[in-house]
Amino acid sequence: MTESQAPVQRIERGEAFLDVRDLKVHFPTDDGVVKSVDGISFQLERGKTLGIVGESGSGKSVTSLSIMGLHKAGSAKITGEVFLDGQDLISSSAEEVRKLRGKRMAMIFQDPLSAMHPFYTVGHQIIEAYRVHNDVSKQVARKHAIAMLDRVGIPQPDKRVDAYPHQFSGGMRQRAMIAMALSCDPDLLIADEPTTALDVTVQAQILDLIRDLQSEFNSAVIIITHDLGVVAELADDIQVMYAGRAIEYGNADDIFERPQHPYTWGLLGSMPRIDRERTERLIPIKGSPPSLINVPTGCPFNPRCNYAHLNGGSSETERPELLDIGDGHKVACHLSPEQRRTAWETDILPKL
Amino acid sequence: MTTANTEPASALPKLGEELLSVQGLVKHFPIRKGLLQRQSGAVQAVDGLDFSVRKGETLSLVGESGCGKTTTGRLLTRLLEPTAGKIVFEGHDVTHLSEGKMRPLRRDIQMIFQDPYGSLNPRHTVGKIVGAPYRLQGVKPEGGVKKTVQELLELVGLSPEHYNRYPHEFSGGQRQRIGIARTLALRPKLIVADEPVSALDVSIQAQVVNLLEDLQTEFDLTYVMIAHDLSVVRHVSDRVAVMYLGKIVELADRVSLYEKPMHPYTLALLSAVPIPDTKRKTQRERIRLQGDVPSPINPPPACRFHTRCWKAQDICKTIAPPLLEIAPGHQSACHFPENATEEQAARALKAAEQVGTADATRV
Repeated sequence: MTESQAPVQRIERGEAFLDVRDLKVHFPTDDGVVKSVDGISFQLERGKTLGIVGESGSGKSVTSLSIMGLHKAGSAKITGEVFLDGQDLISSSAEEVRKLRGKRMAMIFQDPLSAMHPFYTVGHQIIEAYRVHNDVSKQVARKHAIAMLDRVGIPQPDKRVDAYPHQFSGGMRQRAMIAMALSCDPDLLIADEPTTALDVTVQAQILDLIRDLQSEFNSAVIIITHDLGVVAELADDIQVMYAGRAIEYGNADDIFERPQHPYTWGLLGSMPRIDRERTERLIPIKGSPPSLINVPTGCPFNPRCNYAHLNGGSSETERPELLDIGDGHKVACHLSPEQRRTAWETDILPKL
Repeated sequence: MTTANTEPASALPKLGEELLSVQGLVKHFPIRKGLLQRQSGAVQAVDGLDFSVRKGETLSLVGESGCGKTTTGRLLTRLLEPTAGKIVFEGHDVTHLSEGKMRPLRRDIQMIFQDPYGSLNPRHTVGKIVGAPYRLQGVKPEGGVKKTVQELLELVGLSPEHYNRYPHEFSGGQRQRIGIARTLALRPKLIVADEPVSALDVSIQAQVVNLLEDLQTEFDLTYVMIAHDLSVVRHVSDRVAVMYLGKIVELADRVSLYEKPMHPYTLALLSAVPIPDTKRKTQRERIRLQGDVPSPINPPPACRFHTRCWKAQDICKTIAPPLLEIAPGHQSACHFPENATEEQAARALKAAEQVGTADATRV
């Protein structure tokens, strides 16, 4: 994909409802350019859920923030294209994106206490968002806010609408934020670690809620998380990210049943599983995620990969491209399909 | 060992010596109101805990936020003063030891904190933070403090060059590892680990879990692990205590707790864990608990779980179920235990009746 800022709009306006093409988000700093997102592409249709999985610093949150246009102008260099229903968000002006934000796309943040304004009541914040995008009176907006709070399962919504965020418990705050995000019936909902701060019982409630609301509103959902259990519950497609790039992409069954990338194997092996026999030791991935200023040359995963030596040195020199290996299952790895199959069947699968 | 350690619940098979035991531990945080700061109520964070920790084992405390597990950890390390009850460490009653008398014991009891942002001084370099225990305790490690600290940093997955950096330069996960390095510095006997891995990435989490296990075998450490992630808990623990609103509702060894949970709350917790398996998604039956945990300021009477329990009956609202050893090594506080034989269920009910009549005679 070229980086030319063509003044003439492309004829091709994106095939899917959300079409991200070669998105790059670079932050120039004194120490060098931080390549937080370095060329990712994916498509998402209405009614579908995409799970983005990765460790901290893999670029998952930066991706979502750049789709939402929430990066401060000047601090980030964003290139590529993000088509939301045919409109390119990257080349649109800040004002145009602002009109879309909240109405056509909305976001649920990880920490609802810091994402909500502590000075205003929960109701006020929902009403404000609703009235920005809809020309209605305060009373109508308030009724709508109460209805939304009721919809996300907050008890006594007519009283709770006047409560402040600190008066809510963690789960209720997250519900209130979901209510706020959904108040304008967005077509695209991005949930960035929506349940990380919550207890398991509440997490189960919130995941059920997101699933129910999605089928009701038929919106496209991107769920960003580090918890593979959560994506297995929700996602249709999964993108695994590492060091700012997608290293594997496929539907949920492919990722969990036939993972192809050594990093995905590593993630699966690192997790203690409650549904399987307890293993004596977890199999961690050696080393730690790379600094995004100094991404290893070649395959960014090569210093941590147990199979890097099988590639005759190409791991250190050549960056693998994300290639389709059949049925839309894509993987960025130098290993040949046979090598991957033997490694998966002999080394990984028996130990999971 | 003192006589104080002979508690009735110690019918459990003895694996090791008791390192720490706790009896009737209570912590209420007073709520003060008005000009005169009169006490108007109390947050009953921990309300009567009895358990013991044996040498070399890992005991986990699990539960939802607000159930008092962190408070328990802070009481064990004496960072908080207990309202009532008794804490015995290595045969010594440490419940109300003074700060000065407690100091030598701090070397033996260390804590890994939950919040990696709040637990590191932002004005100190990593070297100073991790080296602080040596300075405070007057220990001179072999090869100098700097070298030892750098070894510790490597041990927890950081690089030695991080010695002169400041906490703000690190990600949350890395910060937590700095905290773990500091905890490990003095090679303590008991580590109270408050959510040690919940802030870490999955791949790093596995490294740290393995590291904690290695250190345990190498230095004969005992862990009290406070966590909410039930799959991690299953992996690391020998015994697990499930807490709800300041009370232990179930205490059992790992295998029987996960395979035959007896308390409905434990069952609900286990069913809520998301499983990374797309095929199971449709097969699983999930128990959906309604609502949130009630406030510990005004907890429900008798069985504290009855407001959210699907098995609750009238008796649950009037008589508090005692923490009873229903199966060998498996204590549960429920009138209607799950996965119990008829005889066991009858025993649970009978115990409840005894409590009920005892209450009635007292009135």
